[in-house]
Formats: sequence, structure tokens, C-alpha cells
Amino acid sequence: MKKSNWWVHLLLIISSFFAVFPVLWILSTSFKPKSEVFSTELHFIPETFTLENYIHVLTRADGVFLQWMGNSFLIALLTALISLFLSTTAAYAISRFKFKGRGAINYLFFLTQMFPGALLVIPLYKIINGLGLLNSYFGLVLAYATVAIPFCVMMMKNFFDTIPYELEEAARVDGLSHFGTFYRIVLPLALPGVAVTGFYSFITAWNEFLFALTFLSEQKMYTLPIGLQQFVNQFNTDWHYLAAGAIIVTVPVLIIFLWVQRYLIAGLTSGGTKG
Amino acid sequence: MGARKNTWIAYVFLAPALAVLAVLVFYPLVQGISYSFTDMSQYNMGSKFAPPSYEFIGFKNYSDLFASIFQPESVFRDVIVQTLIWTFTNVFFHFTLGLILALLLNRNIKGKGIYRMLLIVPWAVPSFIAAFSWTWMYNETYGVLNLVLQKLGIGAIPWLGDSFWAMFSVILVNVWLGVPFMMITLLGGMQSIPQSLYEAARVDGASAWRQFWTITLPLLKPVAATSTVLGVIWTFNLFNVIFLVTRGGPVRATEILVTYAYREAFLNWNFGMAATYGVVILSFLLAFTIIYQRMLKTGSNEGVYY
Repeated sequence: MKKSNWWVHLLLIISSFFAVFPVLWILSTSFKPKSEVFSTELHFIPETFTLENYIHVLTRADGVFLQWMGNSFLIALLTALISLFLSTTAAYAISRFKFKGRGAINYLFFLTQMFPGALLVIPLYKIINGLGLLNSYFGLVLAYATVAIPFCVMMMKNFFDTIPYELEEAARVDGLSHFGTFYRIVLPLALPGVAVTGFYSFITAWNEFLFALTFLSEQKMYTLPIGLQQFVNQFNTDWHYLAAGAIIVTVPVLIIFLWVQRYLIAGLTSGGTKG
Repeated sequence: MGARKNTWIAYVFLAPALAVLAVLVFYPLVQGISYSFTDMSQYNMGSKFAPPSYEFIGFKNYSDLFASIFQPESVFRDVIVQTLIWTFTNVFFHFTLGLILALLLNRNIKGKGIYRMLLIVPWAVPSFIAAFSWTWMYNETYGVLNLVLQKLGIGAIPWLGDSFWAMFSVILVNVWLGVPFMMITLLGGMQSIPQSLYEAARVDGASAWRQFWTITLPLLKPVAATSTVLGVIWTFNLFNVIFLVTRGGPVRATEILVTYAYREAFLNWNFGMAATYGVVILSFLLAFTIIYQRMLKTGSNEGVYY
């Protein structure tokens, strides 16, 4: 394998460039003054560097952006907690027990991936409207849980599969109950997996658009995707502000994502990832 | 894999998740399907002040849709064709580019970790942010793409203003978003292939190309099968990108079934018809999954999940 592999590097460098460029371009735009953003001169690096866009976005309309960020954060966090709470034991059961209907239930979780949001959104709209939960955190959390629970189950199952079964047998011999074994032995070992699964459902909720668009109509209840869309106007979009908003939204998620990527990948591929 | 026999405790562990799914997924699903046999709209769905007054109309929505396919100017037919183009072009590029990158990353090279980190950046960017960023890059006058093209002496391209380029542009955004996931799952699959197989092949004098065809590809099949099925399902149902970048325009040129169903429901307030689109989508996906799994004879969905 020692042959010269400059072409491998070349291809990887070109691909990496395409992968990262849109983010860098938005970053560059976010530091440009309006006159430079709407100019036909091409500057990859801002000529005049300004923080004005960030200040405007954060302070505009009594800090409504921070309010949206808070809404998004709260909704995503609640979604992650609720779906973790409900899916961990289910995933454990599928990973560890042989029972009637195991295959069918496993397939059922896979099947829910196929249900179009466009079909579910109408009855959910009716249910949530009926409960008086339009424009509320909880209504949206309920809707997101429908998407998050099935894939949390599938992802957690992959993590449980990697925990050696012998540990549990030993615990059972020592007289721990099923719940005791799960709670004291398995769960602590699976904690990285739980955290990563939680993070993944957090960002799914953080990114969700269709349900939020349908269930939220009051501006102060908006989540970030809906709120940021306010900057986009068919004819006259404030790209300089939008860019700053985009960077504020992306950077925290990006950092955590890259930080936990190894665990994330392990959960998604149900296999070790080496090197 | 656990070896415990048929035990009641498993059902106790499963109960909470299944109960919630029953209420929040399966009940709405059945309701949604039932709406497709009604003329439900915003005005007759019922509210605090008025009881529901929509009516059962049998298969009328379905027969209307079916009949519209054969009309000379059929938006529904265009939307189906566009949905298929959108889905299969996306998944094709996700898979081929993901496979090429996974093969490159699976080699012994310096800086592998850094490349991998840079290459998964699109996956980590929230998709609505990606949609905004690309829309900005596609801007005809100030967008970076046209500025670069003009510098190179090639004229500006109407990225979002022309029906061909609009479809090209939304697909490009989604290819950008989706390649990392495919790359990572395929890489995971490659790394679980025992090295000894390649060593044996090398002893037998098999070329790298031959090793790829006879070892890597066949052993990658379960992983590839599952991730492409999920890819098709997700892409078929993907709403964000098209809605945010083109809103289905110009003149419905990038409308797909999901965005069209949304338009029918929440712009035209015609819930019955929108639910019918939903059922059409679900039938497409079920049929596709069944045929695809038969073809590959993998049967199970073990391995990679999503």
C-alpha cells in the first residue's frame, strides 16, 4: 500500500473543499457590510470586517432571535428527553430478549420511516388543534416525538448490541431484577450511546420545518427555521443578516456534531469504526 | 445478541414506546388514510364553534387524481415525474459519490481523520441553514456561483429562474447534504470486511479492481441495500430543501409529491385531497421497498439502520 497516492489526496482535497465551501462562504458573508454583500465584486475574504450583522440579528425587535433560539432549544431538549425516556427500554428489549413478535415490532419501527410527514401532519394538526396546543411547546414536542422515537429505538438497539451479555448474566446471578440489571448495569455502560442518541434527536427537532410551519403562527413562538425564514423575502432578502443568523445557529451544532461524530457513527453503523 | 427466551418482561419494556407510537403515529396514520375518502377542508373540518360537516365521498379523490393523469396538461403527472427524477438522481449521486469517498477514506493515508471531519460537515449543518446558504450562492446577481462563472468568462446561469436549472439546483443542494451519511455508512460496512480476504486475494494475484468487484461490493451489499432503501424513503419525503430553496417553482417545475400535498393542505386548505396525496406517497414507498428487497433478497433490515 506504499505506492504514491497523491491522486487520493487530490480527490479528497477537492471533495473536502466542496463540502466546506458553502459554510465558509456564509461565514464570510456574515462579516461583510451590506454594501459589500450586495456587490458584484468577488471577495472571498471581507474587505471591511464588521460585526454589525450579528449585533442587528441579536438585538432586532427586542431580541426576538434569542427568543426563537430559546424556543428551538427548549423544544429540541424536551423532544430528546421524552424520546430517550420512551425508547431506551424498548431498544433494550429488542436488543436483548427473544420474544414473540420481535421481528415484527422491529420492522414496525423501520416502517414508520415511510409514513409521509405530509400525511401525518393533517390528523396531527387536527389533534393538536383539538387539544388547544397549536402555538405551544408541547404540541410541537408531541409531533416531533413521532419521528424521534422510532429512530431512537433503532439507534439505541445498535448501542445495546455492543455491550457484552455476560455482564448481565453475572448481575442476574447476583440477584438483581430485570429492571435492576437494566438500570444499574446496562444503562451506565450505554451512557455514551444514550447521549449520542439524545443529541441526534435534539438536532432532528432543531432542524424540523414542516410541523413547525404548520403548528406555529405566533411570531414569538417560532422556532429558528421558521423565524429565520422571515429574513427571506421573495424580492429583497437581507442576506447579510440571514448569514449572521445562520452562523449563530450552525456553529454550536457543528462543534458538538464533530465532537461526538465517532460515537454517532458507531450508533448508525452498528459496527466499530477504526482509524 | 441476547439469548433470553420468550419473556413477559420484554413487553413491559416495550409498552411505553409502543403505546405512544400507537397514539401519535398509527392512529393519525389511520385517520389520515380515512380523510382521503372525504371532502374535508379547513371550512368543514369542525372547530370549537361548529361540528365537523365533511362528507364521505368514497374513492372520488382517487378517481379524480387518476383521471387527471391522462389529461394533456396534468400537473399531477408532472409532479410524479419530478418526484421520481428528484428521488433517484439524488440517491444515485449520494450512493456513487459516497462509495467513491468511502473507498478513498478506507485506504491507508495520512490525514484521514481530518478529511473525514471536513467531509461530514454538510451532514452536521442544519438542512434549513444549508437551504438558505445555497439559495444565497444561487442568487443570480450577487451569488458567488455566478460571480465566479463570470470571472471565468462563462455567462451567468439562472440557477433558480429556469425549470431545468431549478431542478438541477435543488438536487445539488440535497446531494451536498446527503453524501456524508452514505459515505459514513458505506465506510462502516467496508471496515467490517475481514482484511484476510484481501490478503488472500492479493496472494492469488487479484488486481485492486478485481478485489473491489469480488470482495468489497458483494460484502457491502447488505449495508448498501439498507442505506439506499432508507435514502429513497427519506428523499421521497423530503420537504425542507425544495420548500425553502424554490417553493416548488418556477411554475411548479420543482414541485414533488410532498410539497404538493403541503400546498394542497395548507395553502388550498383541501385536506381530503392532500391526504390522498399522502396515501399515494405511502403506496409508492411500500411498493418500492417490497420490490427492492425482493430483488436483493436481503429480506431483513439488519446492519445499518439509517
